[in-house]
Amino acid sequence: MRLPFVAALGLTLASPALADWPETLATARGQTVYWNAWAGDQRTNDFIAWVGQQTEALYGVKVEQVKLTDTAEAVTRVIAEKAAGKDQGGSVDLIWINGPNFLAMKEQGLLHGPFVADLPNARYVDLSPAAPASVDFTVPVEGYESPWRLAKFVFTYDSVRLPTPPRSMIALRDWAQANPGRFTHPVPSNFMGATFLKQALVELAPDPAVLQAPPTEAAYATTTAPLWEWYDALRPHLWRGGQTFPENQSVQQQLLNDGEVDIAMSFDPASTAAAIAEGLLPETARVFVPEVGSIGNVSFVAIPFNAAQREGAMVVANFLLDPATQARQQDITVLGSFSVLDPARLDQAAKAAFAVLPTAPALPTTEDLGATLLEPHPGWMTWLTDDWARRYTK
Amino acid sequence: MTHLLRLTVFALAAGALVLPILAGLWETGRAAFGVLPAIGADRLTLDPWRQLAALPGFATSLRLTLVTGVGSTLVALILAAGAVAMLAGRGGGPARLIAPLLAAPHAALAIGVAFLIAPSGWIVRLVSPWATGWDRPPDLALLNDPWGGALMLGLLIKEVPFLMLVMASALGQLPLRATLATGRALGYGRATAWLRLILPRLYPLIRLPVYIVLAFALSVVDMAIILGPSTPPTLAVALTRWFGAADTALILPASAGAVLQAGLVVGGIALWRGAELMLARLGRAWLRRGARGRGAAALLAACGAAVAGLVTLGLLALAALAVWSLAWRWPFPAALPEAWSLRGWLRPADWGEALGTTLALGLASTALSLTLAITWLEAEDRAGRMPWSGALIYLPLLVPQIAFLYGLNVVMLRAGLSGGMGAVIWAQVLFVFPYVMLALADPWRALDRRLLATAAALGAGPVRRLLGVKLPVLARPILTAAAVGFAVSVAQYLPTLFMGAGRVTTLTTEAVTLSSGSDRRVVGLYGALQAMLPFLAYALALGLPAILHRNRRGLTGGLG
Repeated sequence: MRLPFVAALGLTLASPALADWPETLATARGQTVYWNAWAGDQRTNDFIAWVGQQTEALYGVKVEQVKLTDTAEAVTRVIAEKAAGKDQGGSVDLIWINGPNFLAMKEQGLLHGPFVADLPNARYVDLSPAAPASVDFTVPVEGYESPWRLAKFVFTYDSVRLPTPPRSMIALRDWAQANPGRFTHPVPSNFMGATFLKQALVELAPDPAVLQAPPTEAAYATTTAPLWEWYDALRPHLWRGGQTFPENQSVQQQLLNDGEVDIAMSFDPASTAAAIAEGLLPETARVFVPEVGSIGNVSFVAIPFNAAQREGAMVVANFLLDPATQARQQDITVLGSFSVLDPARLDQAAKAAFAVLPTAPALPTTEDLGATLLEPHPGWMTWLTDDWARRYTK
Repeated sequence: MTHLLRLTVFALAAGALVLPILAGLWETGRAAFGVLPAIGADRLTLDPWRQLAALPGFATSLRLTLVTGVGSTLVALILAAGAVAMLAGRGGGPARLIAPLLAAPHAALAIGVAFLIAPSGWIVRLVSPWATGWDRPPDLALLNDPWGGALMLGLLIKEVPFLMLVMASALGQLPLRATLATGRALGYGRATAWLRLILPRLYPLIRLPVYIVLAFALSVVDMAIILGPSTPPTLAVALTRWFGAADTALILPASAGAVLQAGLVVGGIALWRGAELMLARLGRAWLRRGARGRGAAALLAACGAAVAGLVTLGLLALAALAVWSLAWRWPFPAALPEAWSLRGWLRPADWGEALGTTLALGLASTALSLTLAITWLEAEDRAGRMPWSGALIYLPLLVPQIAFLYGLNVVMLRAGLSGGMGAVIWAQVLFVFPYVMLALADPWRALDRRLLATAAALGAGPVRRLLGVKLPVLARPILTAAAVGFAVSVAQYLPTLFMGAGRVTTLTTEAVTLSSGSDRRVVGLYGALQAMLPFLAYALALGLPAILHRNRRGLTGGLG
């Protein structure tokens, strides 16, 4: 345990239920956990339903997915509850969360924790300070959210219509100029659209290292200048002349399926293979990653400070970290979302479960995915999306 | 005694319907001026308004809202009036075609329209590539266009049938045939007589529904999410987004925007009223001139053709929902799916719960609203009509939902009432009750009083007169009102979203959520289910009295 002894003692006193796991399990039995999760992906919804069946059978904890179009809805709900003085019995038990939403909740003291180190399955996760599961968009996690699944930025394309995809932002611009109307990105108020801008920023910034600190006026100006120059050259050649943008990556995937555009994007390397299996993309759809690599991060689950079913939520968070659960999650026929566990910490049986997973033509290998670039500090994303809105929303 | 009854009913309605709105407006209003203790804001300030005005795209959002709201209402009114003039006295055949459009919830219809008019939509597929040469969808902003054209089209498809229905029933109160005969005798053509003699008297009877349509069009959310532009969207959609944004500081400017939205509706209606008065003054001179021009007939024919086009689009949109729900793979530009599948329909585990919740909410809110409406009307019968009562009933339809729902949620949370079915049922009753009253009040008040006098003469007390005479005789309008209420409940989006804390999922909330996903097949299924429910309710409302009264021919019409 990394916490100082006194803090740990204080934690124990503050929430005795966390003191030992069997007690948490006992309290959790019979609870129904309201898991607030973005619901734009049917396979994720199915997976969450499966998790609920398992935890009910194993621990008597039911899971009810509260389907969100945007994770911020859950954040707003907790804020509204705090507004009304509802410090207990809140309606949100567990949130699929990361990045700015996590920062917002952590800063305002809306999260329960630290709780991650208390989960028995946390032993399979690398929780050292610089590990991917310990930093969320450069914000230290400090035990306030538990890792769930790995996300990495990738482009999707139809290999028949586009035999050689452009593998850098400069090449993408040149390709778009030669093929007007065939590329777009989700609106930057959506996290996927913002991620596209960040990916471009990381690639085009004169000194990407400054992105790891909160942006200053001067650093922002010099770092983003090449980005806006590039974007101004790109935008007129986008789908609909860059006047309208798809609402999120699902809508853009549909545009790709319909042939309205030639490239889509995703934060889940397995989503293309999954979409093909669902009949939502042509068989010839494939994935590519920029040559320099792409932004990656870990998705987490967090528990609001006033969650009614706190113990049940912890049981679910722990179940998500079980090697068997993570292996099933990585199975392309189930969800195809990469594991957050540290392979070095797994025993032989757990490793074997991962080794026998099936593969698919559109599923990239680890080598295909290239380097993982660090997420910029959330301040950059907020500033970038605001700036984009000011520049291009008339 | 009767006064006590009247007061009780009045107090009940005020407490259940008006107070929540006022409380919600109060909380929203406080937040608009910087007071929302939950996020540490407790100082009266104008900052939220400044922030609102500085938000990117704010001016465009405002303009879009006004253009689409006022524009669609104006066009809908003109088209509906023209179509009613064309159809009046020509049998119910064509009129029956608008029934599915009246019944279908806005979201379902919007999704269907999107399936139809998108660059990769059904219409382009039907004519490609053989007629257009397109083997990929054209890069045209046919949907979510920055001018709000697709949104206006969607609104028109929904509002024109509604206004036609309202006008057709209001025509019953006018001496139509005699007026037209007089007009003909004076040398007016049929169309000119409509324009000059009927319309000026028809309009005052439908003024309230027109205001309701205007208020709705200025503040619609679900349809604007699906069909409207996104960068920037209309004000109501922008507000919904800001209320839900990760950056909680946006709640304050969003609240200011919500107050502005309420102001827009009030201002819009005031402006409309002003235009009415001006038109009435100018119109009088035009009427006195008494020209027997021939242009009117062409105008009505154009309106009729436009409505026929709209109705065709609407029906095709509903068909598109059904086809997509049965498709497996349907690549562009195939006119029909390459592979069909019943997979979605055969997985009730996915949609069964939402269907069940929708049914439960619909039945509960309709039963409550109907009971309240009958109690209200019965109290009126016994103690006379209350002044201002009409305004009270229709208030929820005129105040934009977004203006008070966030505030109301804060109030409900404080009372520990949020997040359950109860809160959602209550919030839905706010909107179901007025429509039930709209549908039931006229037939109820038009009931042949001689029946009641006869019953009283035979010794029946007020309760027996209600149960033994009024309810059976009015069975048909009561069931129709119930079907209307049920349809309104099924269509509710924002009240379910805000009051249910996201835990109450209905076909509508699912359909709107999924409409921003990648799977048209699932969206089609939800849309089809959503459109089917109210239709079944109407079928039941029409079918039941026919069965109940199969040996009472005089009762089948309700009004005798």
